[in-house]
Amino acid sequence: MNALVRRRLRFNSAMTVLSLAMTAAVLFMLGAILWTLLWNGIQAIKPSLFLENTPPPGGEGGLANAIFGSFMMTMLAIAIAAPIGVMAGTFLAEYARASRIADIVRFINDVLLSAPSIIVGLFVYGVVVVSMGHFSGWAGVIALAIIAVPVVVRTTEDMLSLVPDALREAGAALGTPRWMVITRIGYRAAFQGILTGVLLAVARISGETAPLLFTALNNQFWSTNLNAPMANLPVVIFQFAMSPYDDWRNLAWGGALLVTAAVLILNIVARLSAKGKRAK
Amino acid sequence: MRSYLGDPLFKGLTFFFAMLVLLILSGVIVVLAEGALPALKTFGPSFVWTSVWNPVTNQYGALVPLVGTLETALIAMLIGVPFGFGMAFFLTEMCPHWLRQPIAIAIELLAAVPSIIYGIWGLFVLAPFFQMSVEPFLISSLGSLPIIGSLFAGPPIGISILLAGLILALMILPFITSVMREVFAAVPAVLRESAYGLGATRWEVVWRVVLPYSRVGVAGAVLLGLGRALGETMAVTFVIGNAHDLSLSLLAPGTTISATLANEFTEAADKLYTSSLIALGFVLFILTFGVLAIGKRLLLKASAGKGTLA
Repeated sequence: MNALVRRRLRFNSAMTVLSLAMTAAVLFMLGAILWTLLWNGIQAIKPSLFLENTPPPGGEGGLANAIFGSFMMTMLAIAIAAPIGVMAGTFLAEYARASRIADIVRFINDVLLSAPSIIVGLFVYGVVVVSMGHFSGWAGVIALAIIAVPVVVRTTEDMLSLVPDALREAGAALGTPRWMVITRIGYRAAFQGILTGVLLAVARISGETAPLLFTALNNQFWSTNLNAPMANLPVVIFQFAMSPYDDWRNLAWGGALLVTAAVLILNIVARLSAKGKRAK
Repeated sequence: MRSYLGDPLFKGLTFFFAMLVLLILSGVIVVLAEGALPALKTFGPSFVWTSVWNPVTNQYGALVPLVGTLETALIAMLIGVPFGFGMAFFLTEMCPHWLRQPIAIAIELLAAVPSIIYGIWGLFVLAPFFQMSVEPFLISSLGSLPIIGSLFAGPPIGISILLAGLILALMILPFITSVMREVFAAVPAVLRESAYGLGATRWEVVWRVVLPYSRVGVAGAVLLGLGRALGETMAVTFVIGNAHDLSLSLLAPGTTISATLANEFTEAADKLYTSSLIALGFVLFILTFGVLAIGKRLLLKASAGKGTLA
């Protein structure tokens, strides 16, 4: 072997080892994040976490109001976003397909998908909070819904596009009107995929903090009133973690563990449901 | 006859909701522009390059947060792009098949972890580590060099622009990796095989064949990652320290547009203060929208150009 070949081979092995090390380092970081989260969070998990409301500075308490607020706002947001997203996705996949208008909507939707969520917060502040005159749970719901819509649009379109046209043609040949072909055949065939999209959207918005900061704000007390500021886990975590009080920081870790567990479990469930679809 | 009405009704409904997506975007532009108007009227275009940010005297300029945004995003790209490339290289070219799926899932989990978790982890775990080990080392080893030294000057306090950039890098890595992996996988096998057949090493195949072939897609992936890094809020807010100072040192605390918004928006009592913050948001929106739009276009072009060589 001459020197050139040896040098090339050596360089190749160096790059191979380097890329291996990079992958290992990133996986290690993921492990470190999950481990510290579990370690610190588990100490905060006790019954009072779920039963008591957020305490005043330095006091003991739980996150009951924040958990409830987050749950309620996330559910309402997805209840608004899912039909909008599914309908818009249907238009793209069934009616518009390769038309110019569909290209534009698709493009804008993809950009919205990665647009900074804090901008959405500003937008909802300008539209809802200013006109209502105060921060409110509804403003938070709308902000979360706006973030969830592009996720649902994207997956709905992708999943409907996977449904073979032969199925649609078979339906049409039986004299079925187009809207029934879509709702009875398209949706049924793509159901699990669309459900995956909705679950991923729930996972996405349940950890969102930035858009809630100036829409739902926060609330120290138990509140079911969506017209008033509403407690929610992410903002409470933010506020408590940045505070100098140990009790608050512990609660922040507990909340962080809850949010992460919820998000990761939703992701895994979504993935499994998508897999079940493929296996069929 | 009901069924005759069903079709136009359903089509109209889906059309309406598709238009709603466009409406959201135009709504964002209109609302932000309107909210930013008082500040832009008061300060003029120099708002963008003024470095004063003083709520007491009611004078505002976007320069410090804008520079912080660009600086953290740049650090994130300098770390994130090589790592993303390395991981995509490992996953597409070397990884044994049974290991591919688990690692891909781990990367997707990394992408799914909410940004606030990165923030709290960065603040409580990485910042003390930076303060104790990394930053003293950087200061003692690089701090005395002639030009680079000023980047690593000052006391080690952990919370810094460098740390924010590092956390951002970790956050955008999954996106860059998975998009790069897709564009790498789309390279026709014939090209790879020919290169191997000529005796190229694995690295040479990727560097000289795969990467040039997929360069448009890779550029798109990088820009999508950049778009996210520019707008990321919570992870940065935790670890950057919210200091409105223009400092050359990467170890000094600073601020970004999104961190300024997150920290100050609810406390802004004055109309001009609020308006200036919205103007900041407007600048950020234009910036990220531009970067994301270009990135998206490149990716579309890459997937449209597929098959021209096959």
